[in-house]
Amino acid sequence: MSESVLVIMEQRAGEWNRMSFETLVVGQWLAAELGHTVSAAIPGKGITALASELARKKLDRVYAVEHELLGGYTADGYTAALEQLIRKVQPSFVLFPHTYQVRDLAPKLATRFNQALISDVIGMRNENGPVFVRQLFQGKLNADVKPGGAAPYFVSIQAGAFNAEAIEPGTSTVETFAPDLATTAIRQRPEPPFRESSGAVDLTAAEIIVSVGRGIKEKDNIPIVEELAKVLGGELAATRPVCDSGWMPIARQVGSSGQTVAPKVYIAVGISGAIQHLLGMKGSKTIVAINKDANAPIFEVADYGIVGDLFEVVPAMVEEVKHSLATQR
Amino acid sequence: MKIIVSIKEVPVRDSQLRIAADERWIEDGDLSYEMNEPDAYALEEALQLKEKHGGEVIALCAGPASAARTIREALAKGADRALHIEDEHISSWGTLSLARLLAKAVAGEMPDLILTGLQSDDLGYGQTGVVLAEILGLPHATIVMAAEVTDGKIRVKRELESGWFQNIEMPLPAVLTIQSGINKLRYATLMGIKKAKTKELKRLEGNELGVSASSTATIERVYLPRKSKQTQMIEGSAREAASKLIEKLRFEARVI
Repeated sequence: MSESVLVIMEQRAGEWNRMSFETLVVGQWLAAELGHTVSAAIPGKGITALASELARKKLDRVYAVEHELLGGYTADGYTAALEQLIRKVQPSFVLFPHTYQVRDLAPKLATRFNQALISDVIGMRNENGPVFVRQLFQGKLNADVKPGGAAPYFVSIQAGAFNAEAIEPGTSTVETFAPDLATTAIRQRPEPPFRESSGAVDLTAAEIIVSVGRGIKEKDNIPIVEELAKVLGGELAATRPVCDSGWMPIARQVGSSGQTVAPKVYIAVGISGAIQHLLGMKGSKTIVAINKDANAPIFEVADYGIVGDLFEVVPAMVEEVKHSLATQR
Repeated sequence: MKIIVSIKEVPVRDSQLRIAADERWIEDGDLSYEMNEPDAYALEEALQLKEKHGGEVIALCAGPASAARTIREALAKGADRALHIEDEHISSWGTLSLARLLAKAVAGEMPDLILTGLQSDDLGYGQTGVVLAEILGLPHATIVMAAEVTDGKIRVKRELESGWFQNIEMPLPAVLTIQSGINKLRYATLMGIKKAKTKELKRLEGNELGVSASSTATIERVYLPRKSKQTQMIEGSAREAASKLIEKLRFEARVI
């Protein structure tokens, strides 16, 4: 076992998943704290240019995990390739960005080393060894988690939790690693990724967004918030559960699986603030939260908060806006 | 087609959570529980696949004796029978040992398909299904938004980031983790609830299955998150608060 940290970077068709660089920052920090070295690995096919880009960061080594069968992601192919790399490098920590691909891959990989993934980490401290912070109950609580059992330890890092600009530049060498893979061992047959023409409403251009969550209770109540969006001249948006229930079209969904918006003002109505939603709106200039639960995580990112019943507060806001518009004239 | 659906019981969504005295978990004695939402979608998907292809749906749940209520709900919605691995301290089972436990329970059943939700609303690790697949030596796909079975194979639509999707085909048996919103959930009918009482609910114990609880990672402390922003909380009646808020948005933040 070498005293090292290995960061697994992610690309698709030669394009970085930018979350990888946030994870690289964590790798550099962890290595510095523990007195370890840090290396990065990039699995794929035709990844020379990406590997060279990594070689300009402060890393011990860059592993270009190159194989014909790593052209498209498969759980079986990528797990086998990374398992072989980890057995060779023997790191004490393996870090991933918490992407949809990593959610498919990393738990399988960790199992091969008798470990479980410490997933979706938002922070860390060093207390005679690293303590990782992750959320419980959809962001209502935080937990400090300590790894246990025999290394390597597997950790994935949540999007937006660390700033990629903090990466230390430097120089390192690229080492090509050719895993031993066979077509017959890969059971998944992936087809090319596609986007659905959902007739998406472009919410990214909106300056004012009124967004609605489960607190609205039923479809028939949607006009209550729609009216607020109308009088403010803004767009109406919703969380995933609201769209899943068919109360609002998916074309208006904000969050990690919908659109990412940053309007001048984002008014979150009856939204508890699960991380998947926060990822899509926390860059908004001003955030307003209206929720009956004072402990809802949405208040952690809000500039203005009202703890109260949306069915009373929202109509009162509509009246107030109409009134102030009238006096303005 | 034999389909196993692995379900978990979690505190109901709007529970007021209180941190336990030892600060290692929540005070869970007086909470109400419900079926983990993504697992409810997995159950619905299994029922729809059975309606299309015939066969059997078996609900699998590891949890305390009280979880039988959630299991009965699965039976009432249409599962044919259930396996309940009874353990009063199921939260002390780490991911790996829990998946080994589930694997033991399903091994004798030889299912064609195992479905579960993509993550739990309490711990949210999002990996039990994948680890179960690896232990059983089965192929898997996660974050599934559609599933279609044709001669010994399954073709699934996986969700990727930012509105992208990908179709993937793999041989059966396989394990899928299901995304919320894949289908429309059904309610249990009165007839279903009545029938559920007569359906087989088999109780198993961890010891009988030859797996014991262990954990790699441990939760050292649970606490309320610290605010990342200074939030101005606006007090008063709905009218007063609305009035103050609109004024602040106009003259302080200058955004409307």
